[in-house]
Amino acid sequence: MHQLKFDQKVCASCRSADCLLKCQYMKFSGHKEAHGEMMKIMKGKDSRVLTECMTCYACEEYCTRGNHPFYLISERREEKGMFTAPRPITNQWINMTKMQGKYLVGDVKDKALSCCYIPDLGALGTGEIFKDVASAGVFGAEFMCPAVHTHFARMSVIKERLPVVIENYRKLGVKEVICLHDECYGTLTSIASAYGMEVPFKPVYYLDYVLQRMKELKDKIKPLNITIAYQRSCSNRLIPDKLPVVKKIFQLIGVKAPKRTYQDKNALCCAEILRSISGYKLADDVVKRNIDDMVKVGAEYCVFNCPACQISLSEKVAKRGLKPVHIIDLCKMAIGEKERGTI
Amino acid sequence: MSDIRKSLVDIVGERGVSDAPEELWFYSRDPGVLAPHRPDYVVAPQTTEEVQKIVRLANRQKIPVIPMGNGMSLAGLVIPLKGGIVMDMKRMNKILQVNPMARYVVVEGGTSQGALKAYLQKNHPTLRHSIPDAPPATTIAANVSLHGQGRLTNQYGFNSDMVTGLEVVLPTGEICLIGSPSIGPYWISKGPTLPDLSGLFLGWLGCTGIITKVGLKLYPNKKIRDAELFVTDRVDLIPHILYKLTHLEMLEDINVWFQPKPLMFLGNFHITIFFTGDTAEEIEFKRKMIWDTLQEYMDSKDGGFMAIQYMKSVLLEMPGRNIADFADVPKGGGFEYSGPIAPIEHFPQYAAKLVELAAKYNVLYASAARLISGGHAMMFSISFAFNRNDPAMMERVENALDEAMAFALDMGGIPWKPNFKEQKMTLERMEPNARNLLLMIKNNLDPQGIMNPGNWEVNA
Repeated sequence: MHQLKFDQKVCASCRSADCLLKCQYMKFSGHKEAHGEMMKIMKGKDSRVLTECMTCYACEEYCTRGNHPFYLISERREEKGMFTAPRPITNQWINMTKMQGKYLVGDVKDKALSCCYIPDLGALGTGEIFKDVASAGVFGAEFMCPAVHTHFARMSVIKERLPVVIENYRKLGVKEVICLHDECYGTLTSIASAYGMEVPFKPVYYLDYVLQRMKELKDKIKPLNITIAYQRSCSNRLIPDKLPVVKKIFQLIGVKAPKRTYQDKNALCCAEILRSISGYKLADDVVKRNIDDMVKVGAEYCVFNCPACQISLSEKVAKRGLKPVHIIDLCKMAIGEKERGTI
Repeated sequence: MSDIRKSLVDIVGERGVSDAPEELWFYSRDPGVLAPHRPDYVVAPQTTEEVQKIVRLANRQKIPVIPMGNGMSLAGLVIPLKGGIVMDMKRMNKILQVNPMARYVVVEGGTSQGALKAYLQKNHPTLRHSIPDAPPATTIAANVSLHGQGRLTNQYGFNSDMVTGLEVVLPTGEICLIGSPSIGPYWISKGPTLPDLSGLFLGWLGCTGIITKVGLKLYPNKKIRDAELFVTDRVDLIPHILYKLTHLEMLEDINVWFQPKPLMFLGNFHITIFFTGDTAEEIEFKRKMIWDTLQEYMDSKDGGFMAIQYMKSVLLEMPGRNIADFADVPKGGGFEYSGPIAPIEHFPQYAAKLVELAAKYNVLYASAARLISGGHAMMFSISFAFNRNDPAMMERVENALDEAMAFALDMGGIPWKPNFKEQKMTLERMEPNARNLLLMIKNNLDPQGIMNPGNWEVNA
């Protein structure tokens, strides 16, 4: 079984303790307390973090020294049986995502277009932008990144399934896998690396691919001239270096994203996992603050990068007068493939 | 042409009678596991007077009459066990009146659930009736005559409790009004404050007369319906969870279901909680009440709410169609269930028995319990899917259902829409004087024994 590569010395010598101090859901009096809690976790002792962590993934981004505090917290939780979500919800996710030999593989050659295990991604990965790879789609639990189980502190499921997923891709003989979901790219880069798993192909972040394609399709772009609010997904925290790609795409298609209180490192998640873990009170508060913030900057559209966030928040933002749209559909609008009214 | 066929043609016309083999084949069976039995004739009257004439003819000739709605009970209740005339009521499908202020409707005995739903949506959008989770073509009269349940059963009781009056053709041919319409023009009560004669017909499965008109209570149709789905893996908690939910006294419907397939449902018990409101604020208030009342189970990690945005439209369908999906898991489209009415506290024992029976008989199971009258009881469905082209599997399902009903009766439950074998089991356990009372009623109402014979047959 693969083990988490966590450098205790790096953590012990940390002068910032940003991983916990910057947390949006736990409060610490200062560096001493936050650092102290992290030390307890590192040494396998009990810590309030193990009960209070909401699994937003953000500490993976806040730790600038690449030491994976979130994976460590999740490991310790599982070791101690301190699970985050209700047991039946956790088990439902494990059952639902189990490999059962029911998967789809398109015309895959050296590239595959990963639709994870999310049906909505199949429709997104189409059209002019994806014309060279749309037929190479793969879909199913056999190709699903198991990162969702970090929300439930079931790292053992990830360690068991991720090597199988990687092997399934390897068997396809691909050189590149274009991941249509941040979580897949984050899994194949951040999680695989943290656990020392070799990935024998190149994971490609879909927005890198989209950005490149939009540059190639520049002549077709008609600037949208709209104001949007971007909903950053939790799994984007695993790949913070990719955040600028979103901004480049917005710039290219004439989209204005005014500065918000809750953006970038301070982004609020869609709150669905918070609802699942702790109930509606915190989740409702987060959603309200988030959408208030979107409305306040005059956003007309709420732009999603994750289908799960989109399912969770679409109705809520629509009730506040914002149009929910996936970033790929926004790009399709810009090149005239989609009407604004059809989103 | 036989004399009986000619007489039937004289009553309803050529197009309303058939003894063609292909039609008799269809009317000899239902979708459940019970063996078919061929009728001699099928007749489809259009008026109460035609029903009356057919019944009088049957009386003279001592021919069985089996009144039929859409034949979807799954329990073989309109299989003509002793041959005779199947009376298909579907041509008597008029919606006769709606009293919107008193909130009731009067329909003919063959009016379908779907027709009434569509009519109300178009003409009285603020009113609704208690729609059962059966195909829309099933009829209202058949549903109340077998004590059906529906979307409003948690709030208002069995659908038969919602009856506000009946018109019945007795087995001897008299046309009889039951309840307030027997006194005046309003269909506002099936019995109270008079002696409640509706009990002579409701639950009798057509053995004591033919319902030709039904008055039915209507209820406010709120602008918004919504649902939450709570799951737990601890069956012992189910009665407590249901008790807490019903204490809220604000929920439209509560269903508890569990099944091994698809895999995501394995090992959990699912409680679908339906609620309604006229404003977003009302819905949110109710949602918070639901979450608050179950918060303790989230805190203990024993239960939680599923995110259901992606499946909400399916959950909110009326009637629900997912039962049909379950029926086809083993392919071959067969599905039957036993649905005893039982105390909620017995949920864990019934759940265990269902799983035990499925293993013993090697059949696929599912269960969906519905709360009745705010939790006074539940209908616990013991459901099995089967392949209609596999007689051995059908026999295993039939045996499993027999054993399930014996278990339910041992547990003090009562059968819902029992087939003829289950009726016999029930009568054997019934207190002798109660059984004799049934016999007295049956013999007096139906002295020739022509009404749906083979059902609710009490031996002296």
